[in-house]
Amino acid sequence: MSTITRRSRLHRKEHQAALVFVAIPVTGFLLFTLFPLLFSVYASFTNWNGISAPVFKGLDNYTKMFGDRYFLKSLWNTLYMMIGIPLGLVISLALALAMNRKMRGTTFFRTVYYLPVISSIAAVAILWQWAFNGDFGLINQGLGLLGIDGPNWLQDTATVKPALIIMAVWKGLGYSMLLYLAALQSVPRYLYEAAALDGASAWQQFRHITIPMVRPVTFFLIVTSIIGGSQIFVEINIMTPTGGPEFESASIVWYIWQKAFDNLQMGYASAMSVVLGLLVFTITFIQFRLNRRNQFSID
Amino acid sequence: MSAQNVMTSPPLEPTGIIPGREPGAGRGRNRRRGSTGQRSAKGGLRLGNILTTLILSAGAVIMVAPLAWTFSTSLKTKDGVFELPPQWIPDPFVWENYARIWAAGPLLSGIQNSLIVACSVTIVGSLTSALAAFAFAKMRMPFKNVLFLGLLSGLMIPFPTLMIPQFTIFASIGWVDTLLPLIVPGLFGNIIMIFFLRQFLNSVPDSIVEAARIDGASYLQIFWTLIMPAIRPALAAQFILWFMAVWNDYLAPIIYLNSPATQTLQLVIANFNAQYAIQTDYPLIMAASFIALLPVLIVFIVFQRQIIESIALSGSKG
Repeated sequence: MSTITRRSRLHRKEHQAALVFVAIPVTGFLLFTLFPLLFSVYASFTNWNGISAPVFKGLDNYTKMFGDRYFLKSLWNTLYMMIGIPLGLVISLALALAMNRKMRGTTFFRTVYYLPVISSIAAVAILWQWAFNGDFGLINQGLGLLGIDGPNWLQDTATVKPALIIMAVWKGLGYSMLLYLAALQSVPRYLYEAAALDGASAWQQFRHITIPMVRPVTFFLIVTSIIGGSQIFVEINIMTPTGGPEFESASIVWYIWQKAFDNLQMGYASAMSVVLGLLVFTITFIQFRLNRRNQFSID
Repeated sequence: MSAQNVMTSPPLEPTGIIPGREPGAGRGRNRRRGSTGQRSAKGGLRLGNILTTLILSAGAVIMVAPLAWTFSTSLKTKDGVFELPPQWIPDPFVWENYARIWAAGPLLSGIQNSLIVACSVTIVGSLTSALAAFAFAKMRMPFKNVLFLGLLSGLMIPFPTLMIPQFTIFASIGWVDTLLPLIVPGLFGNIIMIFFLRQFLNSVPDSIVEAARIDGASYLQIFWTLIMPAIRPALAAQFILWFMAVWNDYLAPIIYLNSPATQTLQLVIANFNAQYAIQTDYPLIMAASFIALLPVLIVFIVFQRQIIESIALSGSKG
């Protein structure tokens, strides 16, 4: 037997084994991602109640969407609630800077700030719903100490979105803080020492060293928060089960869910879900592209 | 797929410094140093630390207050909840609330269902993910990178886009109102985990796989005896994160599960919330919520270091 054939036989065996190993996730991908995706796109062009056969309607669902004031409202609500993203970034960077100091208790603080991140969003939504209770909630009791008469947060059109934003910032702070902390700790010290020698003030060092050095984390957090934020659902569903006062807190996923499983307008819901998918796809794609260029490569 | 809509971060190459791992190294930068003399700089440092600790403590109170309030409320009487000024320490302590909840709703079966889903998905799914990661990182195969990029593209599609067809598929085979739609997709592995383990395996030299091949070991043997031990820390961290994600999942269960007997814990407590709020039985709701938080809190406290490190690792180079 020549070396060449033995080698190719060995390779063939390796190929076969590798194929078996990757076949499982690839099958899962085909069954539970690719096929549903294609079906979603198809269903988005039909009138379909999920029970009888879909009837092809062309672009009807898509044109309907932009005249649907509830769709536009839920889209607007979803965007509005993303105000929490920059807020959370600023606070978590400040926290990370504070915890980056050489002092006692930072491990304890890290754990405490991380607790909300690991807590289930369902349980957190329930406890914040209670905290936002107009008469007996924790928030209004706290405001009462300052002599402020708090609103009935979740029933008031003016305060329902701020309430949800406050909760989201509280829940996500520990995560972004941790990433910032990891980034801060990998900034070489000599940069600050050199800057200090050149007479740079603390603010200048922060502005010209810290901010640029943590930029990849900032970018990553912005992109993933937008992806996560565009899919906000659980809080809305538990805290404001009817979409809030005058639909003020209905999010896009909440509306899709309601249309699909309550009103059985599966075709229309599919069209909205395709729009959401395109949005998330675009953002993720940008992230992967920029990441690949800056940080790592696939082989 | 429940694991996909809870993507915490695309795992990247494990580099960078881990918080808490290297005490002293790279920490505690003192920007005030250099401007004044050594002694006053030290004094400034101490004052700064005290101020920072105070601010961080105030923040910590805000982070913990809602959780503490939940626990405190769960031990109150129904009327104690509405007392003004609020009682932080319940008077009297009503430990019976924790006995009452088991009869008040299907909490026990909720825990069971959540355990069944989370354990089966993460145990089987981690194995299939690790096998695939091994093949993608260390084995030769035609179209390997095309397949890998294809899988990765799945990460860009949010679960809400897939949920309607997935529901239809599972409904057509009669799986709605069973745990199967929550379990089966997860058994096929988790793309994020494959990605992470594949990156991790890049630091394992190819030569050990080749040497084992020359010794006549099969690929499964190599996987068990060489690869699994090598990726254990990464696997453990990803496992815990995935477990918590499945345990905390809400959207997929609410789509598939209707009857109380099949519901997972998150649904059970959400129903408690809707049902008992009308009766203003807040202690009961809070006790149930606290029970739902407890398993993850325990897992977190036990594996705190691994969890925090893996988050810091997976995102730090983002």
